[in-house]
Amino acid sequence: MQVFAKLLDSLAFTPSRNAKIRLIGDYLKAVPDPARGYALAALTGALSFTGAKPAVIRALVAERVDPELFAMSYDYVGDLAETAALIWPERPRNAPPPTIDAVVHELTEASRGETPKLLEAWLDVLDADGRWALLKLATGGLRVGVSARLAKVAVAEAFGQAAADIEEVWHGIDPPYTVLFDWLEGRAAMPDPGAGAGFRPLMLANPLEEDAIAKLDSQAYRAEWKWDGVRVQAVSRNGEQRLYTRTGDDISGSFPDVVAGFDFDGVIDGELLVRGEGSVGDDGLTPVAPFSALQQRLGRKKPPAKLQQSAPGMIRAYDILFDGDEDVRKAPFDQRRLRLETWGKTAPEVFDISPLVPFADWDELAAIRAGARADGVEGLMLKRRDAAYSAGRPQGPWFKWKRAPLTLDLVVMYAQRGHGRRSSYFSDYTFGAWTDDDALVPVGKAYSGFTDKELALLDKWVRANTTDRFGPVRQVAPGLVFEVAFDAAQRSKRHKSGVALRFPRIKRIRWDKPIEEADRLSTVLALADS
Amino acid sequence: MARIDQKFGWLELRPAGLYCAPADIYIDPGRGVPSAIITHGHADHARPGHGKVLATKETLAIMGVRYPADTPETQSLRYGERITVNDVVIWLAPAGHVLGSAQVVLEYRGERIVISGDYNRRPNPTATPFEVVACDLFITEATFALPVFRHPPAEKEVQKLLTSVAQFPEQAHVLGVYGLGKCQRMLALVREGGYEKPIYLHGALVGLTELYESFGFDFGDVRPVAGTDKEEVATALIFAPPSAIPAKWSRRFQNPRTAVASGWMRVRARARQRGAELPLVISDHADWDELLATCKATGAEEVWITHGREDALAHALIAGGQRARPLRLAGREEDAA
Repeated sequence: MQVFAKLLDSLAFTPSRNAKIRLIGDYLKAVPDPARGYALAALTGALSFTGAKPAVIRALVAERVDPELFAMSYDYVGDLAETAALIWPERPRNAPPPTIDAVVHELTEASRGETPKLLEAWLDVLDADGRWALLKLATGGLRVGVSARLAKVAVAEAFGQAAADIEEVWHGIDPPYTVLFDWLEGRAAMPDPGAGAGFRPLMLANPLEEDAIAKLDSQAYRAEWKWDGVRVQAVSRNGEQRLYTRTGDDISGSFPDVVAGFDFDGVIDGELLVRGEGSVGDDGLTPVAPFSALQQRLGRKKPPAKLQQSAPGMIRAYDILFDGDEDVRKAPFDQRRLRLETWGKTAPEVFDISPLVPFADWDELAAIRAGARADGVEGLMLKRRDAAYSAGRPQGPWFKWKRAPLTLDLVVMYAQRGHGRRSSYFSDYTFGAWTDDDALVPVGKAYSGFTDKELALLDKWVRANTTDRFGPVRQVAPGLVFEVAFDAAQRSKRHKSGVALRFPRIKRIRWDKPIEEADRLSTVLALADS
Repeated sequence: MARIDQKFGWLELRPAGLYCAPADIYIDPGRGVPSAIITHGHADHARPGHGKVLATKETLAIMGVRYPADTPETQSLRYGERITVNDVVIWLAPAGHVLGSAQVVLEYRGERIVISGDYNRRPNPTATPFEVVACDLFITEATFALPVFRHPPAEKEVQKLLTSVAQFPEQAHVLGVYGLGKCQRMLALVREGGYEKPIYLHGALVGLTELYESFGFDFGDVRPVAGTDKEEVATALIFAPPSAIPAKWSRRFQNPRTAVASGWMRVRARARQRGAELPLVISDHADWDELLATCKATGAEEVWITHGREDALAHALIAGGQRARPLRLAGREEDAA
């Protein structure tokens, strides 16, 4: 437990992705089975214990600590598990600190009533970092900035395997993943993911540069709409149903309405969307709600029934990986497409099939793309007719050809220090538009799109124009305009301005532009409504 | 206002700070006064502009470095050396906080008052260890007066830094430390931990470190960052004031890992606010248990509390049967640690 605590502690304070990968990798190589397996399970969110609730921790602390002192401490620290870990008055016991495998075993076996006694005994023999790690592990939600995907990448890099292979075997194996480590360390063959309802790594597209299209053979490609939803993988194998994000995170729990409709056998690649008003069109497509409707559901671990009704999920399928038992990923696109269309005829109602967009040559397709500003379309996808479905982001077979972005001129309002390489620069910016009473209201935030030289100039400007500080955030006097590119504007109740920009990025710094000439909120709202 | 013939009435709180009327002298006043006793050299205790200053010779030397233009009349006292001013016996006892730090002991009409200044109960290779002085009234600091503050052993924390130096050898490590006390204690601890390569100092840390060296401390090969070429410091261990870490200054290092040594690092949210990747919980102040134990060990019938979380400590002392009250000094905020 102490070694795991040290790892969690380091991860919590390390912002760099590469350093996190190294920390996890070093741990997995140094620690024996089964401890490392349970640690990996904790990092990937594969563990949960029903008896360890925040109320249990409060009650344990209340037995030992003056309530007033606890209240003052909690108020200062702001995190229950951490306050409890730090304030815990140890009563020396004649026992060594528990191992992580003992903790996992005993918490799994324990009844609700037995859990507090277990925790209490462990809290007495661990140090403050160990207690923190124990309480985070027991209550779930480590919050150390490590996604399941990052943990798997760390496994891959530590043992010199492809991340796609780790993903491939992942869902067929259970903590403490001994078969995985046996394979990684050369004692056994790669576990067979075949029949399981596991995640299969996705094939990803590269962006298509505007002038690059001329070099491509238009006859070799098929075109599809690029939908403005969330890429998912729908899996239904041997009676087990799962919905995964593009990185392999299991989001079945967040979309029970969708998964309930998985009455099929296979693996489907598609776009998660929210059903809109109206009936199915001539093209066989279900009307779709704007992205903001889907956003309400993302991140909701247990969506209330009301929300499932007002924003029902659906999947627009565009590829098939398994047709029943048959792995069709090696087949060329055209063959998979035929399979998909055949499958679509009897597919469950929660699916529809993303149609191909017919075109004669690139000019015609460019015209189609330019005309496409309909809701829910981000642009086009180009897929080679003869390409197999290969994991990762291979160069050439798949391209995303987004429609040209919209742009606005917006005034810089706040700046925040960046991370990693940019940590000493004010590199994250919030920008706003003018309201009718000539006040600025924030409409978006972005950080990308600068050269190092521009960044240095901006940083200097921020330092010279700061009017207030809120922790890492500086408020600046209005005086600088950015040309901001974005994919769409959408009405949003969560933002003060009433509007949110999709994928905002800074296109140009308009040192020359007077702030009075920046865009008005009414213009932004009009874009959201168009 | 307290009357001088009341119990402890001869020590009062004035706008400038604690004032001993019969000796006509202030203790750690917040602004310039005719006559002051200074517990130690940190800026919230040692202000410039006094007429006369009474302190240890180390504290006087530190003030000389910090306020070169300030030229008060000075009188130095060794620990335990007694002087009498208008029937008030004044002496200093070591506080273990930084070089020269002292508790102020005042004796008058059969009452003894001890003003702790800032104090630390752990071994500190760069300061004389704290001594408990039995007294009737103890005036304690309360910087870390919450039961969440329990400092781990400093040697263990230093190993975190040295482990990272070994695990990320291709990166620089920048350690945030305050210029007086923490910097030199960390230099000593890092050397005790077995690190032998040169350690580089931000310019703001050089003067006081040289002062420590002039008092006989040996920190091994310590060099200023200024004037070294990029190559030389690219993967080095560098000490800097915490304020320099997010500033332009730190851009010269290759992808540095940032450590901060401070008692505040015990709390994760605080450590993240400081941008610490490697928070080292090393403090020059007493932690919660040590504050309680010290207040008890003095045998004081009454405790006044300053500098920090007065309410929590007062609550705990009262619960433990001591008289205690917060003493609100103006202009004191958590800063040095």
